[in-house]
Amino acid sequence: MTEVSVAKDDAVSVADLVVLKNVNKHFGALHVLQDIDLTIARGEVVVVIGPSGSGKSTLCRTINRLESIDSGAITIDGRPLPAEGRELARLRADVGMVFQSFNLFAHKTVLENVTLGQVKVRRADRKAAEEKARTLLDRVGVGSQADKYPAQLSGGQQQRVAIARALAMDPKVMLFDEPTSALDPEMINEVLEVMQQLARDGMTMIVVTHEMGFARSAANRVVFMADGRIVEEAVPDQFFSNPRSDRAKDFLSKILHH
Amino acid sequence: MFDFLEGYDVLGAFWTTVQLTFFAAIGSLIWGTILAGMRVSPVPLMRAFGTVYVNVFRNIPLTVIIVFTSLGLADVFGVTMGVPSDFKALAFRLAVLGLIVYTSAFVCESLRAGINTVPVGQAEAARAIGLSFTQVLTLIVLPQAFRTVIGPLANVLIALTKNTTVAAAIGVGEAALLMKEMIENEAQLLLISLVFALGFVVLTLPTGLILGWLGKRLAVKR
Repeated sequence: MTEVSVAKDDAVSVADLVVLKNVNKHFGALHVLQDIDLTIARGEVVVVIGPSGSGKSTLCRTINRLESIDSGAITIDGRPLPAEGRELARLRADVGMVFQSFNLFAHKTVLENVTLGQVKVRRADRKAAEEKARTLLDRVGVGSQADKYPAQLSGGQQQRVAIARALAMDPKVMLFDEPTSALDPEMINEVLEVMQQLARDGMTMIVVTHEMGFARSAANRVVFMADGRIVEEAVPDQFFSNPRSDRAKDFLSKILHH
Repeated sequence: MFDFLEGYDVLGAFWTTVQLTFFAAIGSLIWGTILAGMRVSPVPLMRAFGTVYVNVFRNIPLTVIIVFTSLGLADVFGVTMGVPSDFKALAFRLAVLGLIVYTSAFVCESLRAGINTVPVGQAEAARAIGLSFTQVLTLIVLPQAFRTVIGPLANVLIALTKNTTVAAAIGVGEAALLMKEMIENEAQLLLISLVFALGFVVLTLPTGLILGWLGKRLAVKR
């Protein structure tokens, strides 16, 4: 694993930010995560790909404990993931999450969506929170939509607001659970561009996606999952041009050549 | 034609009905919301309490509950509700208590239906930015749930308004008690019934219309 944790960010601290050790999870009879070992370094961008049902979304959701695990250990920034309560809430504030279906708070304006966590969790002053929210909304290119409700925005705009909402908490790591899968094709790029910018700014990111272009251009490492296991980990170039496992070869042949 | 109304305080009796409705509505909205919170809580004991409460009080006739507040709470257990010597005030407060105990079970269930219409992603996103269970419920889930159940809550409120007539059973001087008295004293059964029926329609019709309009206006767009 060390031979692939690579090039781009040699300057960044090598301390591990997210560590999963021997993680197992079942949904009833389905063994959805099997002996998962995964380490993500500070500033690293890891893209998780694989066929549907391979457990990649579940993996992503265990990292802020939206899904519980049956056995194994997850640590974030050296601290084990708390099981519940206030401790867990505090940890979640440090882990940004972007969902496939955006999940913006439907009864709140765009601006309120981005200020809520700052005010209620970080206890920030409302004025300061609004200022920060507007800066973030400008950064993701939806500053002019601040006073609208989520339903009045396009999918791409909603997803960019969701990214701003997560960034407003100053997260240590950002989780993206298929952030572009629910978008119309012409809106995918506007979201990917924001994510690419984030990656360039040094944000630690775990991205579950089907966007191979994004994996090639922004990832430090590609993790390929199938049937609840991590089958292969490699730098993008190596993974896409010369996959080692048959499972990965098969998957890539189906998605890349048509 | 309407001279049979002379000597009776019909407006006063309806005012008591309005007061019963008002205090019981406030109380059962608050208690019903807390119960709904318990029913979706992650703590098993709270969920169990909420479930038992709703299933007990939803299924006992209101008359039994109200009569129990008077004969049981007040007479047997000596509950005075802060007014030990004022019999009228005591009956009124006991009736409000009984109405709250009963109506809150229905408020709770309406609200729980509303909570179930809020997409699970809303709560997940709220948890993901670090909100606690109580914050997720009060800031994200309940505000959206309330907006979707304004219509059903209007039904509960209308039922409550009419249910206040049961307070007559423990001697609260509201509209139904006066109606009974007037029917006994005057030879105008149909007209008296009509007057009181109209009185209740005047109270409940606007409730339904206003809340129906409000429900449409406040609907959460998705």
